[in-house]
Amino acid sequence: MSDHTSGTSHIKTYLAIGAALLGGTIVTVLAAKVHLGIILGIIVAIIIASIKGWLVAGYFMHLLHERKGIYWLLALTGVFLVVMVGLLLWTYGDQQGTPHGIFQAPAHKETTHVP
Amino acid sequence: MSAAIEIPYNTTERPDTGLYNAKLGVWLFLASEVMLFGALFSTYVLLRVNAEVWPTGAQILNIPLATLNTVILILSSVTVVMSWTSLKMNNLARYKLFMGLTLLCALGFLVVKTFEYRAKFEHGLLPSTSTFLAIYFTMTGLHGLHVIGGILVNFYLWLPGTKMWRTDPERFTNRVEVAGLYWHFVDLVWIFLFPTLYLLPGK
Repeated sequence: MSDHTSGTSHIKTYLAIGAALLGGTIVTVLAAKVHLGIILGIIVAIIIASIKGWLVAGYFMHLLHERKGIYWLLALTGVFLVVMVGLLLWTYGDQQGTPHGIFQAPAHKETTHVP
Repeated sequence: MSAAIEIPYNTTERPDTGLYNAKLGVWLFLASEVMLFGALFSTYVLLRVNAEVWPTGAQILNIPLATLNTVILILSSVTVVMSWTSLKMNNLARYKLFMGLTLLCALGFLVVKTFEYRAKFEHGLLPSTSTFLAIYFTMTGLHGLHVIGGILVNFYLWLPGTKMWRTDPERFTNRVEVAGLYWHFVDLVWIFLFPTLYLLPGK
């Protein structure tokens, strides 16, 4: 009986989270129609997506009530992710000011002719 | 005398982690998935900041169809967690209903995606056309493969796998839970893919 009552209350929570996610999707699309500029547009989109992501992870994936081991695992993953992204951005920053950036090949490749 | 060896911690929690095996396993797998998609999102950022021009998604992609797909995936996340709750409430019939709805949503997502891809191909918009389309097809394609993987697992748990419910209901419920965790992750990735590829302003 208590399982049933607890299950019913969980169902209400899941439905509420589902409705919030659908609402968040509408807000995301509407926000994209407003001309906020590139930087603000990106920041707003990331904030809304992060809130939606937090709802999915926290409630649907039960991260709000998970064991400590999972938190440590995710924290470690976060560290590796930051290192990986950091290395990429570092590479990008390191190439700034070079004539061709990091992707474009030199326009005229010099060739050496050996007689 | 039985010679069968029982694998421990299928249903009971390990004393050191407080988790049963499959749950720890799926979270480790999801951690590797975070790195995989993290690398692709980083690639997107790097390609974008290095490009002289970058299109707004709406110029090339179909926003209404992508919005529909977002709604479909969110609904599937609700139905998959409801299927697990149904098992927790000892209601197999309702589990089957919600898992069936999850599969329907997943197939619906792929059908919509197929329409989207076909429209691109018909207009000659291929991965080789531009850097934007290359990263678009890579990220959505990989996500689509994850959806297909989820369909296979959920289908197994919906029909043939259900027989475990009669012999070991707790273990079966745990299987549905970890499959659900994977499915929510697939939804989570799409929640970030949708604005990144479709909605962000270009330059």
